[in-house]
Amino acid sequence: MPEPVILLDDLTKEFPTDPPVRALSAVNLRVERSDYVAIVGPSGSGKSTLLNMLGLLDRPTSGSYRLDGIETTMLKDSARTTVRGSRIGFVFQSFHLLPHRSVLENVMLAEVYGRGSRKGRRERALRALERVRLSHRVEFLPGRMSGGERQRAAIARALMGEPALLLCDEPTGNLDSRNTHAVLDLFGELRAQGMTIVVITHENEVSERAARRVRITDGTLAEE
Amino acid sequence: MHPRDLLNEAMAGLLARPVRSVLTTLGTVLGITTLVVTLGVAATAGNQIVGRFDELTATSVTVEVPENPFPLVDWADVGRVTRLRGVVSAAALAESDQSANLSVRSNDMVDPTRVTDQTLTVVASGPGLPAAVKGRMVEGRYFDAGHIARGDKVVVLGRHAADMLGITRLERAPAVFIGTQAYTVIGVLDDLKREKSLASAVMLPPAVGRRYGLSTVTRVLVNTGLGAAELIAEQAPAALSPGNEALLQVISPSSPTRARDAVEGDVNALFLILGLVSLVVGAVGIANVTLVTVMERIAEIGLRRALGAARRHIAAQFLLESTLTGLTGGIVGASVGIVVVVAVCAAKQWTPVLDVRLAVMAPAAGAVVGLLAGLYPALRAARMEPVNALR
Repeated sequence: MPEPVILLDDLTKEFPTDPPVRALSAVNLRVERSDYVAIVGPSGSGKSTLLNMLGLLDRPTSGSYRLDGIETTMLKDSARTTVRGSRIGFVFQSFHLLPHRSVLENVMLAEVYGRGSRKGRRERALRALERVRLSHRVEFLPGRMSGGERQRAAIARALMGEPALLLCDEPTGNLDSRNTHAVLDLFGELRAQGMTIVVITHENEVSERAARRVRITDGTLAEE
Repeated sequence: MHPRDLLNEAMAGLLARPVRSVLTTLGTVLGITTLVVTLGVAATAGNQIVGRFDELTATSVTVEVPENPFPLVDWADVGRVTRLRGVVSAAALAESDQSANLSVRSNDMVDPTRVTDQTLTVVASGPGLPAAVKGRMVEGRYFDAGHIARGDKVVVLGRHAADMLGITRLERAPAVFIGTQAYTVIGVLDDLKREKSLASAVMLPPAVGRRYGLSTVTRVLVNTGLGAAELIAEQAPAALSPGNEALLQVISPSSPTRARDAVEGDVNALFLILGLVSLVVGAVGIANVTLVTVMERIAEIGLRRALGAARRHIAAQFLLESTLTGLTGGIVGASVGIVVVVAVCAAKQWTPVLDVRLAVMAPAAGAVVGLLAGLYPALRAARMEPVNALR
């Protein structure tokens, strides 16, 4: 049986404030390959903390997190960075595109820090842009594109190097309904192509398009 | 991360804010320009100073004759020095405390409406004094062997002394009075390159000078050809007073090479400090702007960390950006500096003296300044946690 892409086992995150805040409480989650999971919940429920744990941007206080078969909680900082760069593609609410670089350069940036060799990088970036139907905007600066196009460029960047997991943080939060539909359609296509997608959102429209919905409330997860 | 990727990212970071990058570079440009200009102008000016220094000072030898129960040097002994190979001119001089402040008048009439008394130094000298002090007779002539032999009561005035006494023309053979004794003024000496104090002195023949305690030679001024001073300094005492040479004191110029090095060293040290201060100011400018840039690019740092950039990648990028800023400043500064040095030399009609190593060292210095200035901001950027940077 293949390893799940995400396997959380009693994952807990406590912030050492006064008094201490337990943002995640013994969370368990299993996400299989080609799964499309929406994690929903109100503000302050622990969504962002969970995203930071899944994205290896922060360390849990206890518990275990296996990403694509790799136990990540005991990894050193440099190894976590390598795993993050090679296994996870991030899609952010605010796109995080470099404003002075063309769309193509923004997409190619994903391979600068170790993912793939320099040879053929441009061709791979062009293919990624083709997948998100942005071939006509290759040389555009992000500032000259619509919000939907920018998010598709960010998705193309996340797809570079074929990551094991596409981790999306409120990906439609800055989009109008037309562009929201376009992005959600794109997620559907990617999932059909075998991509594992985890979307963290508070929008019902987004969560309804996912294959699984997981609700987070006060740091605990419950399948819906 | 491939080095070319690192270079691309750093260049893109700099070109993203071109105006700011140019302004940041300006600090280093100014620092390096100052450094190159000061080093270039110092070397050039040093060369000019040393050239003049050599010409005047490196050919001057003075033999001091101490007081002695019997005279160590006779007036006629100077002739033996002038016959030494390498000596251009020489003259003996007698000075005493008694004659240093004598009352000299240009008229024997006592006029209460005018101050005619002047306190002047009176010295006795041999006939070769104008040549020995590299002076010029602007009026009349200097006394010669005939005046000395006959004991003529004649004097030569330094230009300043003549002005003080109101003597401007010699056609009517004006007289000056030292005490009650009258002396005919036969010449005015000016443009002294050595012993400039003689411009305010009254010069007497040795036979006349005896009245004022100026009977024995106290100094012998010798001018040599270039490069002969050291040798003449060794030979002159024996020529002046054979057997008593150890009693004479010789003041000779230091070695021309040492003097040149010392002058250049002093000038360079002074200007170098100036250039380094400018460079430190430039470095502080780069450090400040790089730090502000880091703070502005927190989200970008977060994105790069999310894409797999290690701390060292972030540090390397910001370090390279500040180093490139410094390097650019160094190249532009060195170029501007060289142009300025050449322009200054053209205006002054000097020969520009520039060390070719400056063309390499100046940009390298700019790069090092940029590197050092970028250390702290790069460290701050590398320390950022991705979770905080992306927030």
